[in-house]
Amino acid sequence: MTSSPLTAAAPATSTSPVGGRRRRRLRRFTRRDVGVLAVLLGIPVALDLALIWATTIASIGLSFTSYNGVTAIKWVGWRNYDQIFTIYEPFWRAVRNNLLWLGTLGLIATPLGLFLAYLLDKNIRLTRVYQSLFYMPVVLSLAVVGFIAQLVYSRDHGALNVLLGRADHPTDWLGDPNINIWAVLVAAIWRHTGYVMVLYLAGLKAVDPALKEAAVIDGANERQVFFQVIFPTLRPINIIVLVITVIEALRAFDIVYAINSGRNGLELLSVLVTQNIVGEASRIGFGSAIAVILLTTSTGFVIAYLTQIVREDRS
Amino acid sequence: MAYTVSRRALLKGTLLGAGALAVPAALAAACGSSDKSGGGGTVNKSVTFGSNYSDDVPKKAFADTLAAFDQSKGFTTKINTVDHNSFQENITRYLQGNPDDAFNWFAGFRMRFFAAQGLATPIDDVWDSIGANYSDAFKIASTGDDGKKYFVPFYNYPWALFYRKSLWQAKGYQVPKTIDELRTLGATMKADGLSPIGFADKDGWPAMGTFDQLNMRMNGYDFHIQLMAYKHSWTDPKVKAVFDLWKGLMPLHQAGANGRTWQEAAQDLGAKKSGMYLLGSFVSQQFKGADLDDLDFFAFPEVDSTIGTGAVEAPIDGFMVSKKAKNPDGAKEVLKYLATAQAQNTYLKTDPGDVAANTQADASGYNALQKKAAAFIGGAKQISQFLDRDANPTFASTVMIPALQKFINDSSDIDGLLKSIDSQAKSIYTT
Repeated sequence: MTSSPLTAAAPATSTSPVGGRRRRRLRRFTRRDVGVLAVLLGIPVALDLALIWATTIASIGLSFTSYNGVTAIKWVGWRNYDQIFTIYEPFWRAVRNNLLWLGTLGLIATPLGLFLAYLLDKNIRLTRVYQSLFYMPVVLSLAVVGFIAQLVYSRDHGALNVLLGRADHPTDWLGDPNINIWAVLVAAIWRHTGYVMVLYLAGLKAVDPALKEAAVIDGANERQVFFQVIFPTLRPINIIVLVITVIEALRAFDIVYAINSGRNGLELLSVLVTQNIVGEASRIGFGSAIAVILLTTSTGFVIAYLTQIVREDRS
Repeated sequence: MAYTVSRRALLKGTLLGAGALAVPAALAAACGSSDKSGGGGTVNKSVTFGSNYSDDVPKKAFADTLAAFDQSKGFTTKINTVDHNSFQENITRYLQGNPDDAFNWFAGFRMRFFAAQGLATPIDDVWDSIGANYSDAFKIASTGDDGKKYFVPFYNYPWALFYRKSLWQAKGYQVPKTIDELRTLGATMKADGLSPIGFADKDGWPAMGTFDQLNMRMNGYDFHIQLMAYKHSWTDPKVKAVFDLWKGLMPLHQAGANGRTWQEAAQDLGAKKSGMYLLGSFVSQQFKGADLDDLDFFAFPEVDSTIGTGAVEAPIDGFMVSKKAKNPDGAKEVLKYLATAQAQNTYLKTDPGDVAANTQADASGYNALQKKAAAFIGGAKQISQFLDRDANPTFASTVMIPALQKFINDSSDIDGLLKSIDSQAKSIYTT
């Protein structure tokens, strides 16, 4: 893209009768291009540095302090981390919930999305209607999904207990800390499945039908065609879906926050960061330490992903 | 050639576009600070007010109250209303950034904390002229750690056990005076098919009210306040006794509290599914007309006869002047007005759950519930604010909310619970 103006300009100027000006002109354009590009790249780079890197480094720095937003910053070393791992009760519940989130999205929602995409790719009747229906939850923000979940799951007034005929001995879907995470995960799966489905649907459209025909002619059955021919060709999509699933699991926040501010069994790391940092007598240092733990975890996934991409580009 | 030129033009356009996007972002910060110098100091009668009265009824009531002041004194007060919860969560940044001249806030640790951080202006000169309007309990509640006054009380509301008179008359229930009578009454109600004590803790804070009542009845007001300031350990046997008592009462509480909001529990009280409900008198917001007239309350019963029931939980809402106020003198004038009986009467006309803080406020406009609440608070020996106002708010929200919700789910391991609370309290209070 960036080199196209040059190549476009070169033939135009080469036909010019004044040959001596050719070089100067070309160089001047180049310099301008460089200038334009420097500015166009410079703005996003500066914003990236200021908004992402500077804040990240500030968070890491603050995580070693007892800063509360008002009084002077006091260095406390590893104390915040020590307290998070030893005495801060919600932390391990949050880690468990984030892992559950990752596992459920990866092992249930993603295969389900792939399955639906595969069915819809067969151009069955009303396929567009089904596509819209499954994709609908993705358009809803998770906060809205959270409110819908409340309407369905509320112990005294929710639809689910009535439908199950349990109005007299209601199950506390959102208040019982052993159940509520699963109730919420159902809502999260409902949403994530549609997202994954659309990605795979796009991927499946790009699969060369000749591959499938060849496999069928060679005597492969449907299952073999799918697992040994189609699925391997979907590899780029698989990586994208994997990354999206991990990101969704780590950044999960709004649905539990909409339900009960992410407490009582619905703790997530992102919620704990918010609860500690946003508040009257904010524990910014402590909250930053949780954020750094979350950052470190995400970085692991990002590195794995980038390594994969780089390796693919080479091959 | 023409092709290349149009490309440049396009690039130029893009550049301008990018610049147009980037420049406002860069200016935004500058604008924020330049605002501060504008409109300040010189115009004495222009005052800005940061308000968290974001619900429709109190919002209008407060606007009416200040409008009456503007009219009589020629002031221009501007109210910036922010959602109740957001206002509280952002208060630290708000007060350090570009705060309004005066703002709504709460008495207790919450007030003293920000006063101690130097984010509020002392207003002893205001108190010189309004002091006669308030009882000693309110004067103490308005005083910071340094002995200066920082707060003007506006109204307060009691926490008590609310019930419907018609239901109790029909069933022949009597107001319990002691914890044993409460247990007996609860057993009767259970036999009658009611949830004896309505209970909801999805929001996290209502259960704190139950703890406050039990602790003050069992260990007294002084111990309670000292515990809130972490002068006692949470593993103290006296605290454990409170949780043991609560555990014994738990079967009388409405089940599934962690999945229920206080509004839902209030509706259950209104629908006569619950026999009584321990909450602040703002529970009356959920009652209208004849139902509101049917609502009554009584003090949490006595647990220890040597301690009695003199301690009342009645959180005070009021006003402070920010340290960075552009017009502190104007703000003080507004606060003097808000301390008058007239201002508080104007406000409370539209708010049936609260009681004026000014002792000279005209009680004739009160409904039966407000009259009783005023007498109840007036007869209090000591007044507590509420756990999240008397204790460090960080401790209240990040430690006590999860701990109490855990206790509601499973009250078997009290020792483990208190040990966990104590170790976290130590880490927060000693920072």
